[in-house]
Amino acid sequence: MATAVPVDVTERETYLNSGYGIKSWLLTRDHKRIAILYLLSVTLFFFIGGFFALLIRLELLTPAGDLVQSDTYNKLFTMHGQVMVFFFLIPAVPAVLGNFLIPIMIGARDLAFPRINLLSWYLYIAGGLLMVYTILAGGVDTGWTFYTPLSTEFLKTDVITAAIAIFIAGFSSILTGLNFIVTIHRMRAPGMTWDRLPLFVWSHYATSIIQVLGTPVVAITLVLVALERLLHLGIFNPALGGDPLLFQHLFWFYSHPAVYIMILPGMGIVSEIVCCFSRKRIFGYKAMALAVLAIAVLGFLVWAHHMFVAGISVYSALVFSLLSYFVAVPSAVKVFNWTSTMYKGSITYQTPMLYAFGFIGLFTIGGLTGLFLACLGIDVHVTDTYFVVAHFHYVMVGGMVLAYLAGLHFWWPKITGRMYPEGWGKLAALIVFIGFNLTFFPQFILGYMGMPRRYHAYPAEFQVLNVLSTAGATILAVGYLLPMVYFVWSIRYGKPAPANPWNAAGLEWQVPSPPPTSNFEEQPIVTWEAYNYEELGEIPDQQEVPVGH
Amino acid sequence: MATNEAAAIVPHEEPNPALLHHFVTEEQQKNAASLGMWLFLAQEVMFFGGMFCAYLVYRYKYFGDFGSASQTLNIWYGAINTAVLLCSSLTVVLAVRAAQLNKRKALTMWLVFTILLGLVFLGVKGIEYKEKFENHHVPGPSFAYHGTVPSHPDQQVNPRHAEIYFSLYFAMTGMHALHMIIGVGLFGTLAVWAWRGKYSANYYTPIENAGLYWHFVDIVWIYLFPLLYLIDRHR
Repeated sequence: MATAVPVDVTERETYLNSGYGIKSWLLTRDHKRIAILYLLSVTLFFFIGGFFALLIRLELLTPAGDLVQSDTYNKLFTMHGQVMVFFFLIPAVPAVLGNFLIPIMIGARDLAFPRINLLSWYLYIAGGLLMVYTILAGGVDTGWTFYTPLSTEFLKTDVITAAIAIFIAGFSSILTGLNFIVTIHRMRAPGMTWDRLPLFVWSHYATSIIQVLGTPVVAITLVLVALERLLHLGIFNPALGGDPLLFQHLFWFYSHPAVYIMILPGMGIVSEIVCCFSRKRIFGYKAMALAVLAIAVLGFLVWAHHMFVAGISVYSALVFSLLSYFVAVPSAVKVFNWTSTMYKGSITYQTPMLYAFGFIGLFTIGGLTGLFLACLGIDVHVTDTYFVVAHFHYVMVGGMVLAYLAGLHFWWPKITGRMYPEGWGKLAALIVFIGFNLTFFPQFILGYMGMPRRYHAYPAEFQVLNVLSTAGATILAVGYLLPMVYFVWSIRYGKPAPANPWNAAGLEWQVPSPPPTSNFEEQPIVTWEAYNYEELGEIPDQQEVPVGH
Repeated sequence: MATNEAAAIVPHEEPNPALLHHFVTEEQQKNAASLGMWLFLAQEVMFFGGMFCAYLVYRYKYFGDFGSASQTLNIWYGAINTAVLLCSSLTVVLAVRAAQLNKRKALTMWLVFTILLGLVFLGVKGIEYKEKFENHHVPGPSFAYHGTVPSHPDQQVNPRHAEIYFSLYFAMTGMHALHMIIGVGLFGTLAVWAWRGKYSANYYTPIENAGLYWHFVDIVWIYLFPLLYLIDRHR
């Protein structure tokens, strides 16, 4: 088996040097190259969405509306939400890291449907371009949720193009999920049984189920919204006999599970990293695998907790409240088992592990405040306040984005064949953690004090906390830009990476860095359990690459 | 066990040209394609499910209005189309069987029959749509509806509620027709390739998968027909 021989990167055939022309990238069917295409495109959309976030925070620096007025502000938070949710949070981890790693982790040469994989990227780009067009043509102001009849009757902006953009991106997501499920079922190497799968693969399996079964519902709902707007139908319009609550039910039937599309792959990343940097087998492998499946299934049964004050019956609200509490059980299993994995482990504090620590803590806060919101009484008090905003940013940013950064650092040597500068990595992780908490913790207090979301102006007594939040956002922006800089720097100047810089378990570390186009020269046969760290020993001493090398 | 599976990966002496590079065996490739199609159909069920859910809500809410609006549909068009679609499902099955038996001409013929039946369905649907236009039953500014609730003949139907019925009628049958058009295009391509001899008993996965898709489209209609045409015909 081809193991840790760091050959000169320029001589060995890798997926990166197998072709250089633009066609070799745009027509590639190699899952690794498609992952790189996704990496570049989701990063672009992350910074577009982040730009809107910065404008929002700048406006909220003062109580008065001085930077923008309410119409523009409505567009800012709408486009921040739509770009971030549909063009970054949902595709990022599966389409970049999942795409790159799943076939290698299970010992396959590619995903089951390489052409469909490329098609997914083109659909994503088509949806993305339409979204960019919508932004340039004046933007939308529906809120990311497209609530009717506001979106279908009253607004004058380009709602239809935004809906079509998200519809198209949705099919990209469906096809990615479909590809992953088939790949995981049918492409595993001999010996790679279901109970030897890395938890990263398990979590993508659970994610894919949601993508395949949830996304089409929001797709058809957006079609109906577009038709209703175009032809003045009344399906969701109360003035014409329609029911706006039906829209909300259909929308959240996808959009609540969508939150788990964002967080489950992150949980997979954290499981890999916690084991590697604790040098221990995962605590409770089966419980961990079942927990992600349980979250995926329960996620389909809790959507109406977004509608407690929208006019649903008290009895159904009670049921949805109870079911929402159930999600806490598998979520707690995850957190407790990561903690137990670390117990008495030989923990080292490399950058990916720092992000993983951040994930566990912030996800716990995000999850626990979710229980506040599942509670009917408290929800009435904090609905549509900054408490909700802070809660879901703790899950989406503190959870998903930190996990994504953790995964990017952990597998960067594998993807590019270069080490990132460890010192800068740790510094950026620290800045992101501080910046994130400074941005969003004050918003819990603001929300509890009663500051509503989606307003550009607010009473003067909220200003101190808002200034703290805006200051935090600035620090967070620095924390995001730093990895951009040193990742790009490392591609040229980083130390060449060995096949297994972390001495980690998993098939992906047994192929060279970067991997050859066919992943494996010969079909691997798996005879070991996942996370067999007691057989692997310590992490080799990484010489710190001096900054400015 | 591991050694047996390892032995299975040694390449065949004459590999099937249809075997793609990233699959180890033909069986693996076939199973992958089949599972992929079933998952796609699961996705389709959820896609149509959104509209069926909306139908259910409004059928419950505007029970009498839906019954009245349903009576304006021509039951014969619906019945003929149901029969046409069921026959087309049979021709698809016969096409798959012909492929399994290496009968190239029969395969092409059954595919062409399927296409023709699909076109008959779409033609009848077109006639129905035309009548709706003429009767002002297309939702929008020119929509007009006069009728009484079947169970309470003294009670006028609210045209807004009838309009929702017709909105759902056009959304559901329109989305179904779109799937039919895609299916006809799909079978057109397959028929050309089948004629050129691309498929054989060794490789007919695309025929089988297109057949699965067609059966799904058929099943959607099996639900649409009673929900749209038959809900108030018992009197």
